[in-house]
Amino acid sequence: MSVLIGHYNYWIVIFLMMAGLYVVIAQGNLVKKIVGLNIFQASVFILFISMGKIEGGTAPIVKEGVSLYSNPLPHVLILTAIVVGVATTALALALVVRINEAYRSVEEDEIHEQDQSF
Amino acid sequence: MLAVIRLRNLFAVVMLFGIYSFLAAALFVTLNAVDVAFTEAAVGAGIATFLMLSTLALTVRREKLRRKRSVIPLLVVTSIGATLVYGTFDMPYFSDPSAPVHGHVARHYIESSTAEVGVPNLVTAVLTSYRGYDTLGEVTVIFTAGIGVLGLLGYRKRGGKP
Amino acid sequence: MRPPIQPHNLVLRIAAKMLIPPILMFALYVQFHGETGPGGGFQAGVIFAAAFVLYALVFGIGLARAVATERLLRVLASLGMLLYITVGMASLFSGANFLDYDVLAQERMEGQHLGIFLTELSIGMTVAAVMIMIFFAFAERGVRP
Repeated sequence: MSVLIGHYNYWIVIFLMMAGLYVVIAQGNLVKKIVGLNIFQASVFILFISMGKIEGGTAPIVKEGVSLYSNPLPHVLILTAIVVGVATTALALALVVRINEAYRSVEEDEIHEQDQSF
Repeated sequence: MLAVIRLRNLFAVVMLFGIYSFLAAALFVTLNAVDVAFTEAAVGAGIATFLMLSTLALTVRREKLRRKRSVIPLLVVTSIGATLVYGTFDMPYFSDPSAPVHGHVARHYIESSTAEVGVPNLVTAVLTSYRGYDTLGEVTVIFTAGIGVLGLLGYRKRGGKP
Repeated sequence: MRPPIQPHNLVLRIAAKMLIPPILMFALYVQFHGETGPGGGFQAGVIFAAAFVLYALVFGIGLARAVATERLLRVLASLGMLLYITVGMASLFSGANFLDYDVLAQERMEGQHLGIFLTELSIGMTVAAVMIMIFFAFAERGVRP
C-alpha cells in the first residue's frame, strides 16, 4: 500500500500522457493532434515538477528563517521547455494554416488522398 | 481529458485545453514551483490557446466523423502505459527528501548561490548565471520560431496575396 | 479606421482601456523584480505581448499596427538577441569565459547583478517582440483583401 501512496503522482501523469499520445496517434484532424501534443507536453512538465518537490520545503526563493527549499533545477529545465514548446506549437500551427490553404482540408486522410503519398 | 478525445467541436477542445493548462499552473503552485506556474499560466493558458483559436478561425471548426474505428492505437497506448507503470515501481517516493535528484548539483546551487551570485530568486540565478548558455539557446529558438512563422505566413501586402 | 463605437462593444472598450496600462506596468514590474520574487524575462515578455494582443482584439488591427510596426518589432527582436551575445562577448574580451559575469564590473557581486539585469532585459525584449510578431502574422492572414 505504501507503493500506491508513494507513487500515485507518477501514475496520474502516465494516464495524462497516454491520453495525449492517443490523441496524437488516433485522431485525424491536424489541429486536434497539435492539441494532443501539447497535452502530452504539459503532463511531462507535471512529472518533472512533482519529482522536484521536497516534503516541507518552500518555493526556491531565499528568505530569512527558511531552511529547506524545493529543488530549483527541474524548475529551470521546465521553464525553458515551456517556452520552447510554445515556439514549436506556433510553427506547427502556421504550417497547418498553410496546409489548409493548399489542400482545402485539415483531415489527415483527405490530405493523403490528394497527395497520393501512400 | 477523455472529453478532449471524444469531442468533435474543435472550439470546445481548445477551451478544454486552456482549462487544463490553467489547472496545471495551479498544480505547480501547490508543488512549490511559482516561477514555472507563472510561465505556464501565461504561456499555456494564454499564448498557446490564443494561437490555436487563431488557427481555428483560419481553418475549420468541426472535426469530420471517421468512418472506421481501429483498435490498434488503443492497444499501443495501453501497452506503453503499462510498461511505464511497471517502470515507476523503482522510482523514489513522491516528495522524498532523500531522492537522488536532490543530491549533488542542486545542493551546491542552493548552498553557494547567495555567496556567488547574490540573487534571492534561485531559479533566476540558475537560469541566467549558472546555466546562461542554455538560456541563450532558448532565446535563439524563440527567435527562429518567429522568423519561421514570418516566412510561412508573412505579411499581406496591400490587395491580394503576397 | 476605427471600429465604430456601438453599444455592444462599449463595455469592452472601456474595460480594455482601463486594463491595458496596468497590464503593461505589471509586465515591467515582473521584468525588473525577477531577482527578488518570481518572474524574470520570459514571463514579462509574454505579459507584455498579451497587453498588445488585447489592444488589437478590441480596437482593431490597424491601430495596433500603428503602434507596433513591422520594422520596430523586427529591430526589437534582433536587438534582444544581440544584447545577450554582446554581454557574453564582453566577458570574453575581459579575459574570462563566455557569459561569465564576474568580470563585468569592479566587484563580483556588481558584475553578477549587471549581467543578470542585461540578460533578463534582452530575454524580455526578444520574447515580447516575437510573440507580437507571431500574433500579427496570424491575424493579418485572415484579412480579406
